[in-house]
Amino acid sequence: MTASALRKPAPKPPLLEVSGLSKSYGTQVGCRDISFAVRPGEVLGIVGESGSGKSTLLACLSGRLQPDSGSISYDMKDRGPVDILTLSEHERRRLARTDWGIVHQNPRDGLRLDVSAGGNIGERPMALGARHYGDIRSDAQDWLKKVEIDLSRTDDKPRTFSGGMQQRLQIARNLVTRPRLVFMDEPTGGLDVSVQARLLDLLRGLVRELGVAAIIVTHDLAVVRLLADRLMVMQRGRVIEEGLTDQVLDDPHHPYTQLLVSSVLQV
Amino acid sequence: MTIRLHAKGLTKTFTLHTQGGIVLPVFDDVELTVKAGECVCLHGPSGAGKSTLLRSLYANYKPDAGQILVKHLGQTVDLLAAEPWEVVEIRRSTIGYVSQFLRVIPRVGALDVVAEPAIANGMPVDEAKARARTLLTRLRIPERLWSLAPATFSGGEQQRVNIARGFIVDYPILLLDEPTASLDAANRATVVDLIDEAKIRGTAVVGIFHDKEVRNAVADRLFEVGKAAVPSSSGKSDLQMSAGAMVE
Repeated sequence: MTASALRKPAPKPPLLEVSGLSKSYGTQVGCRDISFAVRPGEVLGIVGESGSGKSTLLACLSGRLQPDSGSISYDMKDRGPVDILTLSEHERRRLARTDWGIVHQNPRDGLRLDVSAGGNIGERPMALGARHYGDIRSDAQDWLKKVEIDLSRTDDKPRTFSGGMQQRLQIARNLVTRPRLVFMDEPTGGLDVSVQARLLDLLRGLVRELGVAAIIVTHDLAVVRLLADRLMVMQRGRVIEEGLTDQVLDDPHHPYTQLLVSSVLQV
Repeated sequence: MTIRLHAKGLTKTFTLHTQGGIVLPVFDDVELTVKAGECVCLHGPSGAGKSTLLRSLYANYKPDAGQILVKHLGQTVDLLAAEPWEVVEIRRSTIGYVSQFLRVIPRVGALDVVAEPAIANGMPVDEAKARARTLLTRLRIPERLWSLAPATFSGGEQQRVNIARGFIVDYPILLLDEPTASLDAANRATVVDLIDEAKIRGTAVVGIFHDKEVRNAVADRLFEVGKAAVPSSSGKSDLQMSAGAMVE
């Protein structure tokens, strides 16, 4: 075993590759010079306190905000790697609706509150051309089961659901078309701790079962410990430390990461 | 015999930025070679850095310098230079690690907790669950607990679930951090059997065993882990280098 025998297995080509991404609001820095790649099936966690730029970064990645500079290359199913910033608004929306999922912190931002639960799940398949009512409904019910919502609620509107149920419905609505990449912004924020644990376990199972790649922005280190393979720590718009999740959390090197990890209350 | 793991030049210090930037040297220029079928026991007083070294071998801690060469799918890979996705794959199929405490996952039952690493490594679900049942039975976890999440289990039961989880995949390299710490005599004997069986399969085992009986039963040699604070003139601390020391 000598160093000369070192050979690396070929990496899977990245699904998403970001380089030199920056966005500021006037003189206020949102995020600065961010570069990273996400491979198929990989779960990346982004942590940092409020104002660290993580939500700005997520908004740029998912096409909701135009960055000032940098590139975001996505490996599209039929076209290969494309800089999504050069796509037309129409193309980008189509990509977001078919190959991506976006789970918002507040489920009301990601659901249609005046459409039934079944209808919320059926919307994406229908946008992709599904027309058979029976199929769409049974598909929707499969997903309601997966996210542990009682089938008797299929025709109820989500405004009558609890926060945890709404969040689970939002996840079903996003995953029904089997996207390859899901963006999640504080998916467990605003939920009771017991509801959080259930949602986390559900997300963990789904991410593994479907093999989707995910980018999860959160300030909750327990969430990334459970879900993410890899972690980026942000402070004042920059990535200050990154690596395997357990490495960064168990052996943090940067002063800010050490502070973040040591500030977590032990239960 | 084949060398399964070769660590060299391993150096580790901790810098505690939240505590006035104190620098704690743990070890310096450590070299460790483990062959297939061999069990090496990390040895030294409490605080000597045994766990830190073991965690470094799993790339859970990041050494400041050195290489950890492992055979992964027929190739030699430096764990410390590997990309995160590669480390994830190496851990899935090549290096297993049994920590002192089970990190419980909410709502996942013991049987599924144990079967999970095997399923992730490509074993069919039925086979993985059958193996998990065998291991839980051997480790005396009553069947009525299998479907329950281990959060409410006793310390010893959690530790046995953790051991079952570590032994369900036939990893070529297995790292054990005090696997018998909270076990009774019968279960300690089972763990010794499991380690012996792994060695016969050719697994390279590195462990910390405080229990003398267990250590004598499984370890082929001791590897002294000492303080890095006093480097000798050659730049090497010979306190760490005790390659051939035999178990008393």
